[in-house]
Amino acid sequence: MPAVSKGDGMRGLAVFISDIRNCKSKEAEIKRINKELANIRSKFKGDKALDGYSKKKYVCKLLFIFLLGHDIDFGHMEAVNLLSSNRYTEKQIGYLFISVLVNSNSELIRLINNAIKNDLASRNPTFMGLALHCIANVGSREMAEAFAGEIPKILVAGDTMDSVKQSAALCLLRLYRTSPDLVPMGDWTSRVVHLLNDQHLGVVTAATSLITTLAQKNPEEFKTSVSLAVSRLSRIVTSASTDLQDYTYYFVPAPWLSVKLLRLLQCYPPPEDPAVRGRLTECLETILNKAQEPPKSKKVQHSNAKNAVLFEAISLIIHHDSEPNLLVRACNQLGQFLQHRETNLRYLALESMCTLASSEFSHEAVKTHIETVINALKTERDVSVRQRAVDLLYAMCDRSNAQQIVAEMLNYLETADYSIREEIVLKVAILAEKYAVDYTWYVDTILNLIRIAGDYVSEEVWYRVIQIVINRDDVQGYAAKTVFEALQAPACHENLVKVGGYILGEFGNLIAGDPRSSPLIQFNLLHSKFHLCSVPTRALLLSTYIKFVNLFPEIKTTIQDVLRSDSQLKNADVELQQRAVEYLRLSTIASTDILATVLEEMPPFPERESSILAKLKKKKGPGTVTDLEEIKKERSSDMNGSAEPTSVNSTPSPSADLLGLGAAPLTNSAPPPSSSGSLLVDVFSDSASAVAPLAPGSDDNFNLSLKTGLEKKNTITSSFVPAYGMFVCKNNGVLFENQLLQIGLKSEFRQNLGRMFIFYGNKTSTQFLNFTPTFLCLNLQTKPVDPTVDGGAQVQQVVNIECVSDFMEAPILNIQFRYGGTFQNLSVKLPITLNKFFQPTEMSSQDFFQRWKQLSNPKQEVQNIFKAKHPMDAEITKAKIIGFGSALLEEVDPNPANFVGAGIIHTKTTQIGCLLRLEPNLQAQMYRLTLRTSKEAVSQRLCELLSEQF
Amino acid sequence: MLHILLAPAAYQQIPARGYGDLLIYRQSCSCLALIQLCRRAQVSKAQPFKIHFILLFSRQGKLRLQKWYTTLPDKEKKKIIREIVQIILSRNQKTSSFVDWKDLKLVYKRYASLYFCCAIEDQDNELLTLEVVHRYVELLDRYFGNVCELDIIFNFEKAYFILDEFIIGGEVQETSKRSAVKAIEDSDMLQETVEEYMNKPAF
Repeated sequence: MPAVSKGDGMRGLAVFISDIRNCKSKEAEIKRINKELANIRSKFKGDKALDGYSKKKYVCKLLFIFLLGHDIDFGHMEAVNLLSSNRYTEKQIGYLFISVLVNSNSELIRLINNAIKNDLASRNPTFMGLALHCIANVGSREMAEAFAGEIPKILVAGDTMDSVKQSAALCLLRLYRTSPDLVPMGDWTSRVVHLLNDQHLGVVTAATSLITTLAQKNPEEFKTSVSLAVSRLSRIVTSASTDLQDYTYYFVPAPWLSVKLLRLLQCYPPPEDPAVRGRLTECLETILNKAQEPPKSKKVQHSNAKNAVLFEAISLIIHHDSEPNLLVRACNQLGQFLQHRETNLRYLALESMCTLASSEFSHEAVKTHIETVINALKTERDVSVRQRAVDLLYAMCDRSNAQQIVAEMLNYLETADYSIREEIVLKVAILAEKYAVDYTWYVDTILNLIRIAGDYVSEEVWYRVIQIVINRDDVQGYAAKTVFEALQAPACHENLVKVGGYILGEFGNLIAGDPRSSPLIQFNLLHSKFHLCSVPTRALLLSTYIKFVNLFPEIKTTIQDVLRSDSQLKNADVELQQRAVEYLRLSTIASTDILATVLEEMPPFPERESSILAKLKKKKGPGTVTDLEEIKKERSSDMNGSAEPTSVNSTPSPSADLLGLGAAPLTNSAPPPSSSGSLLVDVFSDSASAVAPLAPGSDDNFNLSLKTGLEKKNTITSSFVPAYGMFVCKNNGVLFENQLLQIGLKSEFRQNLGRMFIFYGNKTSTQFLNFTPTFLCLNLQTKPVDPTVDGGAQVQQVVNIECVSDFMEAPILNIQFRYGGTFQNLSVKLPITLNKFFQPTEMSSQDFFQRWKQLSNPKQEVQNIFKAKHPMDAEITKAKIIGFGSALLEEVDPNPANFVGAGIIHTKTTQIGCLLRLEPNLQAQMYRLTLRTSKEAVSQRLCELLSEQF
Repeated sequence: MLHILLAPAAYQQIPARGYGDLLIYRQSCSCLALIQLCRRAQVSKAQPFKIHFILLFSRQGKLRLQKWYTTLPDKEKKKIIREIVQIILSRNQKTSSFVDWKDLKLVYKRYASLYFCCAIEDQDNELLTLEVVHRYVELLDRYFGNVCELDIIFNFEKAYFILDEFIIGGEVQETSKRSAVKAIEDSDMLQETVEEYMNKPAF
């Protein structure tokens, strides 16, 4: 029984704790606890009213039991009773129990809130402190509702004690974090900012935390805090080590406050006021200078506190990213730390340098440390530090050192800790792609990656290598050769089999000329791995085999034999069995022509997210896209492949791509796939009622043009389309509507291909009979939609479109059906216009004008001057140009009022580069539109189309 | 010239079974996917300093104190404690005091037989967190006089009160040792009833 109890010790509690500690086994401990729980329960339930001391003691025991890891389901009421005790220590234990144990049990919270309210009103600073601590500890929404209005008043009241102010500031911060909506901004905010000037450093410390969080959400309102923070910081930094008395920590003046002030300043750009800015720069320089001074104490606390401030100052310097001099000094300082004997400092230096590497001013300076970092990767004993080294290598990587860094990472990967392998694999894959000048290097790197750390190579990584190989014909032969060689290894990773299977299936023919890799050898090599692989890989290999049937007719029979074997045809796995059966059948009955079509080489992968999307997302706020910077970087680093980031979770029939065989029963109102790409699809995201929800407000521009469509809708009976024009810049909307029928469209285009979903909605309650849409356009194979459309129902039709060459006239959709007794006939132009096949092209100002000059032949240019039909709003105009399909190039035209766009029209046969320039004249309400393309007809057509839009 | 190939609507109805391996590639053609997977590839913005929780445990892995500044269900807390104690006890002496753990960073230090561990946000100031721990140990030391593990076991409630004086809601409230200790000692003196207390001039 130790005599370590202080204050008003509770003997019973100490005895109980000793008992527990003396228990020899877990069982004995549990027994003792159960005995105590039973005792406490009976005491709480007993008739005799417990005095405050006993209640406190028992509540404390419960707390102890809870902290041992046992569940406590009673005693809450007693704890709440203690809150209203007159004795401070009882109250304190009551609050402690509640802070540790209460979750938002609404019944109890109301009682607790009552007690808190009383204590807050008591004007006794100690009690107020307890109440505020409790609010901050629990921080539930109910508490925020009850006190979010009260606490700001306490915080800024003139007569509040300093210690209460500190608690109130942090308590408010906690409530603001959990329920920002409940904390009202008001005139207290400006007074909170002035707490930065408070005499009491403790108050300033607490207030700075609060202000930082508030300023992040409401930067405008707290702008004045910047100059106050700078002057406070400057006073601290320049003070002698004893000036701040108690707030000096191991000879470092107020390190906590300094760090918090530096954090606060990171919510803002560099101060605009030159005086403030100068003062801040001085502060930062002083901090950097101090790092070079000899330490005032040998204690680790001194150096930790000093360096904590230094690192925070460096964070601010990096955040501002505007003073090259400071950035380079910071980098040099960190460079010294890279070799420091303290592991912690090496760790932090590596971490900080990561962010320095992204600044253009210090990127080069960071790169000079490459050898040290690589060395750290090899010699550091702590995995956390090595991890930071990997991060830094990743961050400092650019074209100049990519090969070295990737090689070092691969090297390290062989021995790397399992916990960080996956991340290194990803990093290597990204760097190899980003900085690939030579794609053979890229292919080698990824194959190496699979060889060294196959288990850590996620699907995304090996998909990517396939995408790139398919999109780049210059590397296909090399890839086929390399995977073929890699597969020779007696034990190769399954991921390699997958990549190998896929690539040989597509490009095996490129190496088949070499007798060492003849078709049969290729096949045998792959098939030798077959039985060791998992089902998905085997399925993939079966697809490879059928592709071989097409590539190498000479081994067709061998493959057929394999497919026909029992282990395939009667495989227990339904997927494998189905593939075997279908492929065998296909190889037997299909003519070579059909085989060649069906098993054609995969087309290149679609471009990644277009600049339109990136722009649109940018407009909608940066939150939607994870890292615009990354996207930009990637685009500039001449990569080819790129796809929509949206997940296509629709069901575009997988077999349609490959075989096109499966004609399943025809059904109406199929849910449209949540299409890949265009954000505008959101307008129609609801599947079944795709046409119905033309709710206003979804997109201004869209509605604007939609109106023109709807106004005229009643005048139409069976003529051309009103809404046609609006589709030039939009892909979705209502094409046609009258009293009977509504036709909605959703379409997507990529390069020279497109797909359009047409929704026919019956607005009446009566069936349409003999419903036959026909397309007046060239050669068609017509598969009719269901000839009856029920009242209120909707049918969907899918049209696949290919742009063979440039064209002027839009196809016409003719619809005939019988409604009641009458025969209806109407025709609408389908809004498939040439600009749909635009791919936006981003280019610099210089490139643009160079190309513009190249297209100076008068036939290539078409110009139109016309009067604005709509209000001349720059934002709407931008949206229209982007919707039109070209990239909108910012900062290209010397006149910022002008709009400049560039893109490529894709047709099957050619690609036509287009440049456009739109000059608005606000006074005259006129526009001048100029188009330059390599083809006169295209210039003409695009100019016509676009002129109609403004 | 324009080809329109009419596909039956029914195409959309075929269940997405089979040949999935060929399909998947077509969905995710982008390096972006990789970058998103790579957690540390992105540098996030500075957040204000905040401790998520503090754990004290012995070298044997016995938990001595836990303080949470984020709301979590009890089950989750227990899981986290088990995991973290195991991670930290398995690290050897020469390593750094920082460990990446999920989205957070653990900062820990051993004092005699006790480990003090704080979980902070990724961009928080690690060194200063070490000093938060140290200042807390100093406060305990000042209060108990040469603090040892037993003091904390038998007076766990005091250890909580001291922590509350120092840190509220994960933020440092009072960095002056004198003020914090004084607050605790004052409260120990408060044995009298509120009536008596209120009769004295409070302000």
